[in-house]
Amino acid sequence: MDKRYVRAAVIALMLAGLTLHGGIASAQQKRDTIRIGFVTFLSGPAAGPFGVPARMAAEAVVEQLNAGKAPAPYDTKGFGGTPIELVVIDEAGGTTKQVSEFRNLVSRQNVDYVIGYISSGDCLAIAPVAEEMKKVTVLFDCGTPRVFEEASYKYVFRTRPHATMDAVAAALYLLEQKSGVKSYGGINQNYAWGQDSWHDFDLAMKTLKPDARVTTSQMPKFGSGQYGAEISALIQSGSEVIHSSLWGGDLEAFMMQSVPRGLFRKSQLVLVAGEPYLHRLGANMPDGTIVGARGTHGVFAPDSNLNTWLKTIYKAKAGHDPNYPAYVATLAFLGLKTAFEKAKLEQASSLKPSDDALIATFEGLSFDSPSGRATMSLGKGHQAVMGTAYGTTKLVNGKVTVTNVKHYPAERVTPPNGISSPDWIKGGMKPGK
Amino acid sequence: MNQFLAIVIDGIIYSSWLFIIAVGLTLIYGVMKILNVAHGSLYALGAYAATAFGGYWLAQGHPPMGSYGMLVLAAVFVGLIAGPLIERGLLRLVYGKEEVVLVLVTYAVFLILEDLTKLAFGVDPLSIPEPYGLLGSFEVGELMYPTYSLVLVVLSLLVAVGLALILNRTRQGKILQAVIHDREMSAAMGINVGRVYLVTFTVGVMLAALGGALTAPTISVQPGIAAEVIVLAFAVVVIGGLGSLGGAALGAVIVGMVRAWAVHKWPEVELFSVYAVMALVLIVRPQGLFAAPEARKI
Repeated sequence: MDKRYVRAAVIALMLAGLTLHGGIASAQQKRDTIRIGFVTFLSGPAAGPFGVPARMAAEAVVEQLNAGKAPAPYDTKGFGGTPIELVVIDEAGGTTKQVSEFRNLVSRQNVDYVIGYISSGDCLAIAPVAEEMKKVTVLFDCGTPRVFEEASYKYVFRTRPHATMDAVAAALYLLEQKSGVKSYGGINQNYAWGQDSWHDFDLAMKTLKPDARVTTSQMPKFGSGQYGAEISALIQSGSEVIHSSLWGGDLEAFMMQSVPRGLFRKSQLVLVAGEPYLHRLGANMPDGTIVGARGTHGVFAPDSNLNTWLKTIYKAKAGHDPNYPAYVATLAFLGLKTAFEKAKLEQASSLKPSDDALIATFEGLSFDSPSGRATMSLGKGHQAVMGTAYGTTKLVNGKVTVTNVKHYPAERVTPPNGISSPDWIKGGMKPGK
Repeated sequence: MNQFLAIVIDGIIYSSWLFIIAVGLTLIYGVMKILNVAHGSLYALGAYAATAFGGYWLAQGHPPMGSYGMLVLAAVFVGLIAGPLIERGLLRLVYGKEEVVLVLVTYAVFLILEDLTKLAFGVDPLSIPEPYGLLGSFEVGELMYPTYSLVLVVLSLLVAVGLALILNRTRQGKILQAVIHDREMSAAMGINVGRVYLVTFTVGVMLAALGGALTAPTISVQPGIAAEVIVLAFAVVVIGGLGSLGGAALGAVIVGMVRAWAVHKWPEVELFSVYAVMALVLIVRPQGLFAAPEARKI
């Protein structure tokens, strides 16, 4: 090919690139929305129980906020009068893919903020990248306490409490109901969430009830689906209590296989994350099961205008009541909106406040939500704390209900600033401030 | 009841399930030399079809016992639709290419079926628990087992014996063995190799779907089950020797027993145990326990 043509083609491409770049830049300058990247599981096993409900809640909340129809104090349109635009990304694919997706969201999609991440592994991988790229990122569902216990971040926030309280409150509730427990076993998925949940529960039991012995700790593979041998091992272990943080299809399969085998005739079941499955499991949820919702979400949410509002808008979209991923997604949007509007007011900004101003107001912020009041008091003001609740199931007219609900304030179930969860539990779980 | 007996019973039940999910994979490889990565998706399709067929049957108020027929019907339906569609529409076009190309094509089918399943059934978990409890349960010492698990054991034995009889005692089986042995020579002798491939693939798909349909009453059917199953099925057939029916049966028994032992005696290594056995077998016999070593072609 003639060199002149090649040169001309290269120049044309460069010009086209510059024009395109200019176009994008100009579009960014003209953009009159707050663009939020929302990352949640849209495929894989976590999509059905967690990812899709979170997405539906996010979309319903954003529609309401943009229309100015949310109850006070969230009744201003969008974020401070500016409409919100969602860019939804699938969280499936592992941490490497998620880091690339995050970089894409920031560099190519030019999002203003990122709200996302259900998997603890993804949260641990994304937090340092968010810091490096200086992008305000709100973690909305992952539970690992390691995010802010092992590092410190300026740009990263988490608007739901971490998972330590789930295990600690489960042990407290169990011993309030059955103080004479002599043995306990567990079945948890063999990855970070399952291992941490069992580890924290075991530590809490050892602290609160040192004479109780561990019978067996079953750790089936995530997504295993077949639990025949585990159920036999649990029955033969003679455990008085069985702790489980199973969720999604794994929990449903375990219950479908264990109830007909009479596992819970002699053993008290404690389901740390059982609340979202009450309506699905029906008769396969034995009466007297202790269940939690990883916070005051779902059936444990307080009566309030905000809770009624979320239930109404979610039900209109999904056809059923919201579960806890829907509640924690809502928490993240309301937390970011509160910080945004406070910072905007303080800065008298026309469109959006500077990141520094937003971060300054977000740190230590308290805000109301359908799940109650959240306070960003841990992790130097970046990690929310809230109380939690547990209850016991009872089948009424073929429908699973939750009775004997006990609430635990945040300081009773969450370590204070500056101490790691394991150290706090081993040290006797002294209430923090 | 002692722990040993529990390990044996749990191992047998799990082995039966493993055999049913793996036998279609080894059959297709044995005849067609295709490592069908889409096997897991066809298993999932069988499970989804079982929830749809069984759910419809029960919703119409028909006798619940008929739901077992619906599970089998779902597997046959998936086999008859997906089998010829994939074999005639896709695989036929790449026969004779390198094995890696065939693997890539079936991987593409796996990805397509994963998305098609989501499109058709959504991402919410589906279930059809009724058949699992309908037959009641039986007790062995302090342990109670659903009779459904016993049915699964009997069914897997029937599938194994039935396939062995067809392969060794019927004219069609002998034709199949001739094609396995030498495709070109079989064609030269007047065997319609294309039809043998079509029937084999359809039966393989039907067996994968049967595995899914029979598993559906015990699990929550949702996205992701395909990938879990394909890994296990590969482990089973690799231990036994790719393409060997007896190998798949032995592989399933070994994996089932080792896993049951690990769960009861040493739960920390359960995840690792299956793959440790696979690695051990591959070190000693890289071609698997039942497959004959192949002469290297120069």
